[in-house]
Amino acid sequence: MSDAREWPLYEIFIRSRGGLDHKHVGSVHAVDARMAIQHARDLYTRRQEGVSIWAVKSSDIVASDPNDADVLFEPARDKIYRHPTFYNIPPEVKTL
Amino acid sequence: MYTQALDQLSKEHEHTPQIDEGELNARFQQRIDNEERIEPKDWMPDAYRLTLIRQISQHAHSEVVGMLPEGNWITRAPTLKRKAILIAKVQDEGGHGAYLYSAAETLGVSREHLIGQLLAGSAKYSSIFNYPTLTWADVGAIGWLVDGAAIMNQIPLCRCSYGPYARAMVRICKEESFHQRQGYEIMITLARGTPEQKRMAQEALNRWWWPALMMFGPSDADSKHSAQSMRWKIKRFSNDELRQKFVDFTVPQAEYLGLTIPDPDLRWDEETQHYRFGEINWTEFQEVLKGNGPCNRDRMAARRRAHEEGRWVREAAQAYAEKQRKRAADNSLKVEVVS
Repeated sequence: MSDAREWPLYEIFIRSRGGLDHKHVGSVHAVDARMAIQHARDLYTRRQEGVSIWAVKSSDIVASDPNDADVLFEPARDKIYRHPTFYNIPPEVKTL
Repeated sequence: MYTQALDQLSKEHEHTPQIDEGELNARFQQRIDNEERIEPKDWMPDAYRLTLIRQISQHAHSEVVGMLPEGNWITRAPTLKRKAILIAKVQDEGGHGAYLYSAAETLGVSREHLIGQLLAGSAKYSSIFNYPTLTWADVGAIGWLVDGAAIMNQIPLCRCSYGPYARAMVRICKEESFHQRQGYEIMITLARGTPEQKRMAQEALNRWWWPALMMFGPSDADSKHSAQSMRWKIKRFSNDELRQKFVDFTVPQAEYLGLTIPDPDLRWDEETQHYRFGEINWTEFQEVLKGNGPCNRDRMAARRRAHEEGRWVREAAQAYAEKQRKRAADNSLKVEVVS
């Protein structure tokens, strides 16, 4: 009962309204990018959830490895001086 | 949701950390206990992965098979408004199936494989969809009771420890509320109608009440997967807890309709502040699960027929896409030759 081959997977990103980022919502199988957009429209925007759709082949996404999370993200942890709240400014100084 | 590609990448860059299985398991449980969410590429015990594949795929199959009992009524809906609503609801169910297959695929299993299991009859789906929809009132009762029970089961799943499943459930729960309310509205209309319409509503309640209670699964004492699923926070409440909550919510709704719950043992218990209800017929539940419910064979036959009848569409789409790709490649070749 198996079909010739499984259609490639596309990751779907939706912009919910003008001014906002596209956000990952899920995935669809499709023969090509155009069909991925059509499927995404039927699947993810039945209630006006979007004004724009991106479809990206899942196999084209490169992601960081969770095992590298410490190496990648730990160095930012002790650099609290990168945040404005690190600095003590007297309360009488305004608009700073 | 990042399936195939990421799996490949993780294999190329295999770290094989020098940590034994017990240590990995302990760390995993620690993450769960800290209410962290598990994402597709994170290390997880095989049993956790398999439990999720089984649960999410059964859930997806249930949504897809769930289109059939109501689909029967699309051509016979009493008004154009009801027909449009029912089409939208059935389309939502198909959508829910698709969200869930997506989530299952992040665990490294292919959608085609899962659908193959359903069509081969080796996968389970919710027992409820093996009951017939004899009158229009059944469409109301399904929305009210079946979708109501589904919501009760699904809301805690929005906090499931596995990220992609939880996210799919958030989307589904938003849509289910419309399903339940449109069903209850059908019941209100019938209950306020002619005596014959009211009788239809009562008979539909009689048919769907007990199967709806069975949707919560076996009693806690007999539920073989429950304890582990609770530890993994795939499940947040026991079957019996959710069933009790459903009864407590639903009885007053039936009273408002002026309908009678078909359970002579049902009574309010002042002490526990819960409704007590009669014993569920577990033999019937087991029989329906085994394939001996009133409509099991019909449902599977309809599902297989739909799959076969859609084959030419899938093949045509594939052939067209290949033709387009070939044409695009030929054109770019020509351009190169010209320039």
